[in-house]
Amino acid sequence: MRTDRRQFLRIAGVAALGLGLKPGIEALLGRGLVEASPEILAQGAGAARRWAMVVDLPKCWANPGCTDCIGACDQTHNVPRFEDEKKAIKWVWLEPYGRVFPEQDPRLVSAGLGNRPTPLLCNHCENPACVRVCPTRATWQRPDGIVMMDFHRCIGCRYCMVACPYGARSFNFVDPRAGLDMDKVNADFPTRTRGVVEKCTLCAERIDKGGVPACVEACKQQALLFGDLNDPNSQLRKIVESRYTLVRKPELGTRPQVYYIV
Amino acid sequence: MHDGSKIVPGLILFLGILFAPFWYNAGTGQAAARPDIVKPTQEKQCVESTEFMKANHMQLLIQWREEVVRNGDRTYVATDGKSYEKSLTGSCLKCHSNKAEFCDRCHDYAHVQPNCWNCHTAPKESKA
Repeated sequence: MRTDRRQFLRIAGVAALGLGLKPGIEALLGRGLVEASPEILAQGAGAARRWAMVVDLPKCWANPGCTDCIGACDQTHNVPRFEDEKKAIKWVWLEPYGRVFPEQDPRLVSAGLGNRPTPLLCNHCENPACVRVCPTRATWQRPDGIVMMDFHRCIGCRYCMVACPYGARSFNFVDPRAGLDMDKVNADFPTRTRGVVEKCTLCAERIDKGGVPACVEACKQQALLFGDLNDPNSQLRKIVESRYTLVRKPELGTRPQVYYIV
Repeated sequence: MHDGSKIVPGLILFLGILFAPFWYNAGTGQAAARPDIVKPTQEKQCVESTEFMKANHMQLLIQWREEVVRNGDRTYVATDGKSYEKSLTGSCLKCHSNKAEFCDRCHDYAHVQPNCWNCHTAPKESKA
């Protein structure tokens, strides 16, 4: 059969139209979605889980002056201590309540509440701003929601520190080993090096072995609760569903996963 | 050749200085000297064969690092079917407890400077 120019163009046009319609038809049939979801679910060890934390402040405040959670974290992760605030490295730390939730009217927050020390840590956001800006993917979100740090890959550009609205990240301006007692470091966890950003990793290394974060384990008041938000039967999920909780700066859309009970 | 009386002795002197280290090592027998590493006594078999580990331990460690940190995959199944924890301080240094006389001696000989120890602590360092 001889194909003339006009006929060729007609066939090519119909073929192009068909190709253009393909994604639309697939979307209508829902095939793309059905194919993607089991793949997402099968990713990694912590698939279909969503780790989160509840901080029960009245329980925490029942033991004034306690810093067990900070001590346990610092010991587990070799977090250095520096007197100079500019060099400070923070994974878990305390701030006065009034500065943790500054949007609450100070006239309505009683003076006593405003000054109470409130534990802070990385919020392991559902929509983490730090991950979006990291140029080397040294920080990324695991399928179980943990916003992880790969210290090997961090180039120290500090974009993530600018992006994080919670100040959860610290930069090693000096060699962190200068602020550590090298006789007492935990050899199972590395120290960091100068020029690297670090933050709470929700004890990913302990969770992967079936444990709970060190701060949760250390808290005698049981003011810190760790669990799977996606599991309808978990204690954490039941508390988040039944109690009134606050998250920090919800208006930013980062969807923090550390819930505070006041 | 103009100035041959200067160029030829100069060339000989230059080549003499250039090759002096090679002749020195050949003369003293140091060229054949290998670093004297201290092997662990309690365990005979590493995670893979000695030849493989000699040639590829650096790639294996990088692979472990990527899989543990980025994928949370912490168990290594060796060629012989045995399972090990992918951990420098938890697995390697449990047997190779003498970092100074195992890792460092060979690395110094080969003049490689791995930056593992900028962050990871060897058991000796943490005790001493």
